[in-house]
Order: sequence, then C-alpha cells, then structure tokens
Amino acid sequence: MSDLKVVLADGSQRSLNDFFWPHLLLMLASLLLCLSVFLPFWTLKMNAPQFPEGLKAVLYIDHVEGHVQEIDGLNHYLGMPPLDEGGKLERKVSLGAVSLMSLSVLATLFVHNRWAAALGVPALVFPWIFLADLQLILYRYGHSIDPTSALGGAIKPFTPPVIGIGKIGQFVTEATFGPGYYLSLAAAACVLAGLWMHRRIYREVRAARRRVGLR
Amino acid sequence: MRTSWKWPAAVATLTGLFFTGACAPARQGDIPANGAIPTDVMGVARERGLTPDDLYAAAKTFMPSGKHDDYVLFASGGHSGQVHVIGVPSMRLLKTIAVFTPEPWQGYGYGGGPSEVLKKGNMPSGKELTWGDTHHPNLSETKGSYDGRFLFINDKANARLAVIDLRDFETKQIIKNPNAISDHGGSFVTPNTEYVVEGPQYATPIGWEYSDIKNYKEKYRALLTFWKFDPLAGRVDVSQSFQMELPPYFQDLADAGKGASEGLVFVNSFNTEMATGGVENGEPPFEAGASKNDVDFMHIIDWRKAAAVAQHGPTRTVNGMRVIGLDTAVKEKLLFFTPEPKSPHGVDVTPSGENIVVAGKLDPHVTIFSTAKIRAAMAKGSQEKDPFGVPILKLDDTKETQVELGLGPLHTVFDDQGYAYTSMFLDSAVARWTLGGADKGKHPEPDWTLVQKLPVHYNIGHIAAVEGDTATPGHGYVVAMNKWSTDRFLNVGPLLPQNFQLVDSARPGESMKVLYDSPIGVAEPHYAQLIRADRLKPYEVYPFVGYNPETGKKDPNAVLSPKDARIVRKGKVVEIFTPVIRSHFSPEHVTVNEGDTVIWHLTNIERTRDAIHGFCIGGYNVNLSLEPGEHQTVTFQADQPGVFPFYCTEFCSALHLEMMGYFMVKPR
Repeated sequence: MSDLKVVLADGSQRSLNDFFWPHLLLMLASLLLCLSVFLPFWTLKMNAPQFPEGLKAVLYIDHVEGHVQEIDGLNHYLGMPPLDEGGKLERKVSLGAVSLMSLSVLATLFVHNRWAAALGVPALVFPWIFLADLQLILYRYGHSIDPTSALGGAIKPFTPPVIGIGKIGQFVTEATFGPGYYLSLAAAACVLAGLWMHRRIYREVRAARRRVGLR
Repeated sequence: MRTSWKWPAAVATLTGLFFTGACAPARQGDIPANGAIPTDVMGVARERGLTPDDLYAAAKTFMPSGKHDDYVLFASGGHSGQVHVIGVPSMRLLKTIAVFTPEPWQGYGYGGGPSEVLKKGNMPSGKELTWGDTHHPNLSETKGSYDGRFLFINDKANARLAVIDLRDFETKQIIKNPNAISDHGGSFVTPNTEYVVEGPQYATPIGWEYSDIKNYKEKYRALLTFWKFDPLAGRVDVSQSFQMELPPYFQDLADAGKGASEGLVFVNSFNTEMATGGVENGEPPFEAGASKNDVDFMHIIDWRKAAAVAQHGPTRTVNGMRVIGLDTAVKEKLLFFTPEPKSPHGVDVTPSGENIVVAGKLDPHVTIFSTAKIRAAMAKGSQEKDPFGVPILKLDDTKETQVELGLGPLHTVFDDQGYAYTSMFLDSAVARWTLGGADKGKHPEPDWTLVQKLPVHYNIGHIAAVEGDTATPGHGYVVAMNKWSTDRFLNVGPLLPQNFQLVDSARPGESMKVLYDSPIGVAEPHYAQLIRADRLKPYEVYPFVGYNPETGKKDPNAVLSPKDARIVRKGKVVEIFTPVIRSHFSPEHVTVNEGDTVIWHLTNIERTRDAIHGFCIGGYNVNLSLEPGEHQTVTFQADQPGVFPFYCTEFCSALHLEMMGYFMVKPR
C-alpha cells in the first residue's frame, strides 16, 4: 500500500499508510475494550490443605465468578463482608462505562483536532483506575471486619495484595491479572500509539489546509 | 507374624516402581536407575520376613495417598442388609450403602426421605422389616455391559428388591414382593435392563397364605418375578411387572442370557424331589431329602414371550401383580427344563452367550450347555414331562460338554482371555479353566481344560472378576469371597470376619496368585460385581441447592437462602424452615407445645465437596445426613416435653461443636 498516496490540500502527498495505521490501532483499541468485558480481569486463588484444588474468586468487569459461596461462607467466620459487598457501584456502571469508552475511542477517528486526545483519555487511564479502585475495595474489605463474628477478634485489619502472594489464616492467596485486564492494557497502548500517529498526520493535513488559506 | 499391610505396602511401592521400570528422569524418591532396591526397603523386607512374592503382591495392591483404585467392587453385605463398595486392587472399603437396614451415618431410617424408602419395604400388613439378607447385587446393563447407572439387590429373607442410584450411591426404592416371601436368584438383569429378575428360593403358598405342608405339591409354589425397570425414572414400574408360577422345586441362582442367548433366562433348582423335611417326625431332613435324585432341572424361560403373554395373554392378578400360571407357561412354551447335575449352585452365561455353565456343588464337574442346542431342542419340544407338565429337554440334546474341576464347584465368572473362573467350595480353591466356542484361541491351552487351581482361604462362596459376568469382561483381578477366614486375621472373638481375597489373574496359564486378604467384619457377603471405576459418574455435590434425593427434583419446601429461615405455626402444626451451612442452623431456638406435629425442612445450602452436615435431635431418634445441596423434611410428634439440644453430627468445621440449637417442648 506504500505506493498509494493521499493528496493533501496544498498538493503535497502522504502515504496512505500514515492514515491507515492510526485508524487501525484506534479501531483495534475499541475492539479490545469490547472483548475485555467477556474475560476475567483479576483472579484471587486461595490455597489451603483441605482444598486440594484451591478456591478461586474470578473478577470480571461486572461480576464475580468462582467459589464465591464457599469464600463467603469461610469469610463469615472472620466477619468479613460477602464478596458481593465490594465494588457494587463499579459493577453496576462498568459495562456502560466500557461501552462509552469504546465508542469514545472510535469517535477519535472522526475528530481531527486536539479534542481527539481528550476522547482517548478514558481508555488510556482505565487500567490504572481499575487497579487503584481494586486496591481501595480490597483495603475496605480487609478493614471492615465485624467484631461480633465468630473469629472477629482473631485477625487484625489487613489489605489483601492486589497482585502476588498473601496469607490469611491457613490460606495462601495468589492474586493475578486475567486476560481481560491485559486486553485493557493493550487497548490503552493502542490508544496511546494510535493517538500519537493520528495527531502527527492530521497536524500535517491541517498545516496543508492553512498553507492554501483554508481553515 | 502380624497381618498388617502398611509396611509391605510401603516397601512395595518402591519395588513396584522398580518393576514397572520407571524410565523418567530421576526425581527425589524414584527407584535408582541401576535398578537396585534401596537398602532401607530391603531392610524392612528382611525385618518383616517378606518374600519376593509378598513384595510383588504389595506392589500390585498398595495405593499411594491420593491415588485412586481402577475398579470398584459392589459386594452384598449379606444379613447386614447393606452393600459394600470396595476399591480394587487396594481392597479398601470406600463406603457401605444402607439398603434394607437403618443406618445412622447416612441418616437412613432416622426420619426424612430415607425412612419413607424403608417403609415401602414393610410387609403389606404394616409389619416393619428392619433388616434384609442381601444376596446378589447386580449393576444395570446396556447391550450386556455394565453402564454404571444403577445397582439392584435382593433380600432373600423377605423377598424384596432394592434400587440404588449410582449418581449418589443411595437406595431409592424398596419393593416388597406382594406374593413371595423368599427369593434367591435375584437381582439379575436382562441385557438392556428391561427387567430385573427376582428368582425364588423356598416354595410357599402364593401370598404366603397358610396351608399345611402336607399340601406341598398342590398348594406350595415358586414365583419368578420380572420387575420392569424404567431407566428414566430410575425406578421399577410395578404396574408393568409380572410373575411366572413355577413348580415348588427350590429354585436357586439365575442368569439372563445375552448375545446368542438373549431373550432367555436360566434358573437352576435343587429340590426337584419336593422334599418337605420333618426330621422331628422321622422324615429325612431337607439336606438329605433334597439331594436324593441324580439330577435337578435347569429352568429355561423365554422372557420375551413371557412378557408378551403377560401383556395380552391369559394371566391372573394376585395382590395387584399379574401372574402367568404354570399351565399357561407350559401351553405357551415359556418354560422348559433340562437335567443338570444334582443340587447345583451357579448358572452362569458365558460372555458370548453361547454357553451356560452350571456348577455341580455335589458333582466334581461343571456342565456346559449350548444355547444353540437348547434353542433347537426347545423348537423340537419333548414328550418327557415333569409332574406339572413342563417339558424336559434331554441332557444329551442340550449339553455341550463337562469339565472336571474338583470338589464343590459353585459359581463361575469369565475374563477376556477366554478363561472361566469357578469357585470350589470344598477344595477351597479358584479353578481357572478354558472356554471353547467363541473364546477358542484366546488362551494357549486346549478348550474346556482345567488350567490351574489356586488355594484360597477358606470355603470360597461367590467369586467376582472384572466385569466377569458381562458380554465384555476385562481381566487382571479375581476376588474370592471366602466364607471362612479361620486363621487369616488377628483373633477378634468367635464371630470371625469373612475374607475377600484378591487374586492376580492378569497373565495366562498357571500364574494366578493370591495378592491380598481383606477382612469383611460386617455380616456375610454373598455375590459381588467388579466394575471399571471410569464407568461410574457420581455427583460430587448434588446438582443444585434444594435437591430432594428421593424425587431427584427441587423440593417444594427447599430453603434456598439464609434469609428464608422461619417458623410457621398453623394450629398444632409447626413447620420450621432451616438453611444449613457452616457452622449454624437457623433458627437456633425452636419452641413448640407438647403434642404439636413438627415438620422440619432442612436444606444444606453448601456447594463445596465434603461440606456435609448432620442434623440430630437428642431424645427424638432423629438423625439426618444432609449432603451439599440436599434437602430433607422430617416429620414427628413433639411427644416428650423438655429441652432437647439439636446439633450437627458430621464434623463440618472448626466451629462444628457450636453448630447447635435448642428444641424446646413446653409441657401441656
């Protein structure tokens, strides 16, 4: 495609590729975001002697799967809230938010000025917001122990690690990111690269227009 | 030397690994590459006086922690009225399934659904029966092979049949035979489990009405019952079942034909003399009177034809069951006899169905009949008749051959190497011998030849081999079910355990070896069947919360969430809805008035494997087992005033002891 050229307003030529790649990356970012909602973002695996296959809480953007009932059952001894208590608002709005983000990224294709960057920002910062929010949820979770529960006084408030190995009672916990989260990271990278390329080429388009007196 | 399996077992794992020649890269704990048995293993072997054979046996049977057996033995529990589930080759008891006898661990007969199952097996008069003499467990079959779905077992003492669902290993149905009080040749299944056959034993007047024994020939009869099985419902459909009247000959074991003999059922007999005993009156005792004739009769029944007659033909209805009279059976050519050596025991159809093996018991031979010859003789008919008009097919017209095995042959099972294995009661041995016909050439020896007699300890009764009574047997193991253990185990007093001996039958020729002695300290098992473990697909937990194991559906009174805990009072009836989860019941205080009817609904809302709870009320004889997802409803009268703790009887969690509550009955 390198021999396909685009003629700008002042008659100068640019390779079609200069337009193709930013569009492709931004569309890809939008697609990846859409896909990510179907995949787990974060997994907490809990290993203990009496659970040879371990227990898992698998976090999707809008729900939790895995051994939720069993984990809740065990947590009630410690007076920890049910998993359902954490991130209620987030789970409610997340699907809408990600859809908007995805559309917003698509919209950058049609906005050829600096506002394009603004439309891409939500997708860019989304993985980091997710991380920060998860940390906050985990902090709250470990700090709302019901003192009247069976073992309420037995454990000190704690924050389960958002990533890596932790320990609660006889359980060794292992937190890992899931494919959904990696997709959201990839989407952010695509947005970043796409926007940079997008800005570079449309700056030239605008400059050419200015050169021939067009606004 | 003390009989303990742990040490040889440990020694053997290591040696076993060596024998199998592990060639993976050496890991910690592997047998060294130079093949030497580690010196500490040899030390243990020497210290315990173990022979190379012992090490071999240990290596064959030891099951390392967390490893699972390849086969499962379903053994009757005899007069414990239960079924034992045993892993093979480890011979570890995995479970005992309560069937005809109340059993508290499974909450069987202490309130709730299982009590209702047990009640269905009571006498029609309402007389409670709380034990059974379980004889022959039989797995359901599809195309003559085990399908791992259901298990049937008969109760010889009371003529009952039970259906066990192998999705949860629980007894679902007990049927009291409405016309018979004694059975034996049960619970054999036809090749696609169309019918479960319950063969008779001691003749009685039909419906066990009273009739003097002087009227034995006129009034006493045997009844062969064909229970129609509905695999979708997982229950016997009594309305589609039927019975056939037989002469009062003390019928014994039975087997359904398959392959070449599909459509026929074979039953043998041991009192064609129609001896009636009476030793106290100077008459010959049963043991002598019933053994006088040189031959008894193998019964040959065309069950497909019989089913058609039951459907359309002349039958009479007795206590709600359709009965084909003996005269009809003769007229419609449903029933034929052929002589068999006197007082035989087992009648076993070979895997191809081409032959039927009858073991002599009092005759040193097994007699092998030919299905093809039997069918030809049936078509030709016979002028010779028994006193009831049943045609007797000549032995020469039905017999294939005889094989002399020795003393007291009882039962025969088969493998895929063309061998038959017959239990020899008097010889205390397992006889391996070769089949012919369809199994010709599978074994290196000539057809119809005794290959090896392996001593077993002692007085072997039944015998089991890998799927050894099916159209598709496996090979590798035989289990000798020995009636006497005498000196095999530590003395535990004058009531001795039985001895299940595991026999290695993997290789052809004279290579059988005893591998393991397994004491069965619960009653006297009779028959057993050995199924490949991978055919069984039981639930790990019940498929959903609120599952009623008696109906297989969600119970209308299921308590699905802790929020649904409540007490509902309607006059003198108090209903309690209790979700059960680690480590509490809810409500924990239940107060009723003396004389109230209490209906307590309990649902285990756990979804985790092994998160089992019990529910007992002290003083009220209530104890339920609530497995994850299971719902039970127990109904009883609050007839004793006072305060009664209720608690969880399965150690469920660190706070198990705290899983309790108070049932308070206010005095009138």
